[in-house]
Amino acid sequence: MKITDLRGKTAIVGVGLGGLPSAPERSSMEIQTEAVHRALADAGLKPGDVDGLFTGSSHAFMPALSTAEYLGIRPKISDTTMIGGSSFIGHLLPATMALQYGLCDVALICYGSNQGSGFGKLKSMSEPQTYEAPYDPRHPITSYALAAARHMHQFGTRREDLAEVAVAARRWAQLNPLAFARDDLTIEQVMAARMVNDPLSTLDCCLVTDGGGALVLVRSERAKDFPKPPVYMLGTAMAHWHRQISGMPDLTVTAAAESGPRAFAMAGLTPADVDVVELYDAFTINTILFLEDLGFCAKGEGGAFVRNGRIAPGGSLAVNTNGGGLSCCHPGMYGIFLLIEAVQQLRGEAGARQVDNTHIALCHGNGGVLSSQVTALLGDASTL
Amino acid sequence: MTNAFSGPGPDAVFAAFLAGGRFMLQQCDDCKKYVFYPRVLCPHCGSPKLSWQPASGQGTVYSTTVVRRKPEQGGDYNVALVDLHEGPRMMSRVDGISPHEVAIGMAVRAKIIDEPKKGKLLVFTPAQGGAA
Repeated sequence: MKITDLRGKTAIVGVGLGGLPSAPERSSMEIQTEAVHRALADAGLKPGDVDGLFTGSSHAFMPALSTAEYLGIRPKISDTTMIGGSSFIGHLLPATMALQYGLCDVALICYGSNQGSGFGKLKSMSEPQTYEAPYDPRHPITSYALAAARHMHQFGTRREDLAEVAVAARRWAQLNPLAFARDDLTIEQVMAARMVNDPLSTLDCCLVTDGGGALVLVRSERAKDFPKPPVYMLGTAMAHWHRQISGMPDLTVTAAAESGPRAFAMAGLTPADVDVVELYDAFTINTILFLEDLGFCAKGEGGAFVRNGRIAPGGSLAVNTNGGGLSCCHPGMYGIFLLIEAVQQLRGEAGARQVDNTHIALCHGNGGVLSSQVTALLGDASTL
Repeated sequence: MTNAFSGPGPDAVFAAFLAGGRFMLQQCDDCKKYVFYPRVLCPHCGSPKLSWQPASGQGTVYSTTVVRRKPEQGGDYNVALVDLHEGPRMMSRVDGISPHEVAIGMAVRAKIIDEPKKGKLLVFTPAQGGAA
């Protein structure tokens, strides 16, 4: 069996969001379960139909056990591989394999967190790194600031370019009624925002919000039996090269440079084929790094690429169409929202932010401190 | 080399060296590359044959940031990634100049200081003669 044999064999038949834009006095499990309920209803299913569970948590030590008990389900297979915020895109491949080998018939990927209302700041189970902690890096922003500083030094990327990313995300968020941050935002405002870790200001950082998401996957052979148009998993790949920022070989090149080409090869596609791009923008530098590493522009040219509204609504490349982690939501881990937005775009359900003629979407998840990278290509029925 | 699988592990050995005022690096007996942070196996070739060598203490700033902090909490401070002359990269801090003056490419030299509440800490100061 070859990895390309899995192209298009699994379909997403249900998606759901929960707790957006905020959910005060609701627990992480309650937010997650709202999303699960909506995703199952979207697919015309009940919790008892789920027999494969793929989840992760910033709060729970054994999240599959907690989730299954809460939902009253008895999965035949569960996977909670934790590679940070990219985990949920990472779940696509094990879920696909479990479905294809008949280990389960209905796979659920889900996540929920009340970090915005419950904590007011990022909550992470990440342990301090022995050889970094003595220098008091602020997790995770110091690491991303070091990457941004190096990119600026090496390629002449400017703070204005980082600000372009934040402004583009905000303009998309203004088209999304569920986005958390929808006020007008200018490059000048981003530049003037309070500096946190040079060169990153408060407005270069993702939000900390509540939110949950869920997806339902089945084998493609039965995907047409569900109420909504199926979205097919065409290709996915993961790569990770380090855990802590001091272990990253080159701070200007992420492992997306490996996961991207492998996912494109599996899907038989190239960046030119992609209609919408959903990138994990924990910080503004992420979007620039991933546009480069995934092949939408050359290495070092990401700053120039995003100028003049190129990735904003009306620009030539639609990037982070829900408003991203910067302006839509970021409940500790964001990866699942990339997939849900892509599905909504591919179904034509994205309302005011809908990108015309969308058949192929790229989702790219990031975890840790630019550590884990997972790319997925999704398509509608025309791409099979 | 020391036995990789018995006695105090490389973390403990490194910490003991540092407590004694010494900055030591592991070098692989097989592939000859230097290793930091300390490990039981060489991450370059997988060999367990790692020997301790005195570090030259010479390095170059690979990247740098200023962590902004209110003056009443101690004020701004530097966090840097330093490429050691021997090859490995480490997180550290450049002391002796304003955190805002630390620049990528700056030549720096290791120094072991007594940090309040932390004990011995390996930091860097600008090297004589400027850029690397």
